[in-house]
Amino acid sequence: MRAADLVTAGFLIAVAGVVLYDALRLGVGWSTDGPKSGFFPFWLALVLLLCAGAVFTRAWRRHADRVFVTRAQLIPVGKVLIPVVVFILLTSGIKLGDRTVLPALGLYVAAALYLAVYMRWVGRHRWVTVVVLAVAIPVVTFVIFEKWFIVPMPKGPLEDWLGL
Amino acid sequence: MGLENLFLGFSIAITPFNLFVAVIGITLGTIIGVLPGLGGANGVAILLPLTFTMPPTSAIILLTSIYWGALFGGAITSVLFNIPGEPWSVATTFDGYPLARQGQGGQALTAAFTSSFVGAFFSIVLITFFAPLLAEIALKFGPPEFFAIQLLTFSSFVGLGGGDPLKSLASIVLGFIMASVGLDIVTGQLRLTFGVTDLMKGFDFIVAVIGLFGIGEILLSVEEGLQFRGARTGMNLRVVLDTWRILPRYARTFVRSAFIGFWMGFKPGGATPASFMSYAFAKRFSRHPERFGKGELEGVVAPETAAHSAGVAAMLPMITLGIPGSPTAAVMLGGLIIWGLQPGPMLFKEKPDFVWGLIASMYTGNIIGVLMVLAFVPFFAAILRIPFAVLTPLIVVVCAIGSYAVNSRMIDIWYMLIFGVVGYVFKKLDYPLAPLVLALVLGDLAENALRQSLIMSQGSLAIFVSRPIAGVLTALAIFFFILPVVTPWWRRLRGVPPTSGAPAQA
Repeated sequence: MRAADLVTAGFLIAVAGVVLYDALRLGVGWSTDGPKSGFFPFWLALVLLLCAGAVFTRAWRRHADRVFVTRAQLIPVGKVLIPVVVFILLTSGIKLGDRTVLPALGLYVAAALYLAVYMRWVGRHRWVTVVVLAVAIPVVTFVIFEKWFIVPMPKGPLEDWLGL
Repeated sequence: MGLENLFLGFSIAITPFNLFVAVIGITLGTIIGVLPGLGGANGVAILLPLTFTMPPTSAIILLTSIYWGALFGGAITSVLFNIPGEPWSVATTFDGYPLARQGQGGQALTAAFTSSFVGAFFSIVLITFFAPLLAEIALKFGPPEFFAIQLLTFSSFVGLGGGDPLKSLASIVLGFIMASVGLDIVTGQLRLTFGVTDLMKGFDFIVAVIGLFGIGEILLSVEEGLQFRGARTGMNLRVVLDTWRILPRYARTFVRSAFIGFWMGFKPGGATPASFMSYAFAKRFSRHPERFGKGELEGVVAPETAAHSAGVAAMLPMITLGIPGSPTAAVMLGGLIIWGLQPGPMLFKEKPDFVWGLIASMYTGNIIGVLMVLAFVPFFAAILRIPFAVLTPLIVVVCAIGSYAVNSRMIDIWYMLIFGVVGYVFKKLDYPLAPLVLALVLGDLAENALRQSLIMSQGSLAIFVSRPIAGVLTALAIFFFILPVVTPWWRRLRGVPPTSGAPAQA
């Protein structure tokens, strides 16, 4: 926990520094129509700096204790996080400059793939269950969100092809 | 005075559409409360974008119904699965789960739901009478008073939250800083954007709530290798009626817990300490304190009554002062702003149909709620038997949809993920998330109140102490801020060994 505490406090100190820099650029004093834009952030950053600084020094003096996250804990967390990243990337696609490295599949197709991979890889469910749920869940969410509530989600080639 | 207004409210809340909305809200809310990783706050946040096209009164009824449902749902997981869905359900597990293990799950659940209902009802009656009075007083408030109330709100997280005071303060300030990112509407200048266009609109609190509470919670629960091994419900009409026959014995516990809940609850972050405090009192006044923790029904009644009383009481400052008492209330407050309503005491004057519709819907919502959860417990408990490998990606997809729906921006789904990781780290390191969310929602309001106050006083901070009401509020706030500094010193003076203090706050 000590190392994680130090890193987090350090990060907050850095945030405070950035905010202070920006506040000073905007002006922290008084203008004709009241406090300048930087006034409120300046004081906030100052308080953050003091708090994070105190947390940092306190953690620094402490001895190392139990670890923030053990290897056995990190694996399941990674198994959740990595598929989420892939899911978001599939939804949005990847563009490097003008070149499309990965075409955007839209949210529903990406969700189907993500559900299928996760259920099969982590849950080890039967293929039948995996396929049925991976198709049914996006279809149901599509009906609820796009048809009932008319909230558009990012779509891709499949929806275009189906004319939805 | 208030009665005709209340009738006006009921005439709005009892329309078929609004009753339908309440039923939908309670169902969704209970499911949300049962599912790990989907609490009241982020359930409301995910569904908020769906309400943009609804009439505001129906929209707030939907959101509050989700909140009531989530409060009821938390009791199901606590009793049957020993998993507190929300921090204020922790005390319910102490006696609820042992009861369920002994085959008394139906009895424990009936007691929990009934207590929740009694606690909620108590607070609603008090809100009905106090809200108009408080709003009347608040009408006289100027910017300095509002800023002082904000100070008081956040100081109570530091002084009474029970967590690490330094980290609580850091969370609050971080929330305010995030709120200030983007265009400053007063001066028209860009803050903290460093030329990045995506940052110009700032961070949306809905996305932050979904990430911090939704994704963060999932990461925490998979890390613990969560397995659901539930006790059987054993719920039927007979059990319900038998339990109702026993419950009047605990009348004193009900009243005491409801008072504790209301008193703690209208201050921010009050529900969790209220539930623990109420449990401790019930144990102290009991003739059989040794039975507590082993399956005493009173040990379910006390925390549940207090938690719900507090949960409802958190709505009081939200509708009268525009200051939310809990993260869920904060999300609803954000909703009010999006629907074009100005939160605060003027609502009572300008939108009586909205305010009284909301208050009346608290009655109808909780009555519908308690009947529904009593009737459909087996159904809701079955949700937790869905395999984890199906639930996890499903919740992630729903969270992603909720985040995208706010502004139709892809970047918000990425923010959701980042907030999720931040939430996971913060929770593990004891940085409280609730004040961060409150600060993010209230940031602009607080800054405007501060600016206007300083313009009134031409830059002198003395305005916060020289005006009588603001002065009292500021003094209280300062007291809470320095409380963590004073307490250890005071204990040493009296020779009391330092205790671990209240349990950590979410």
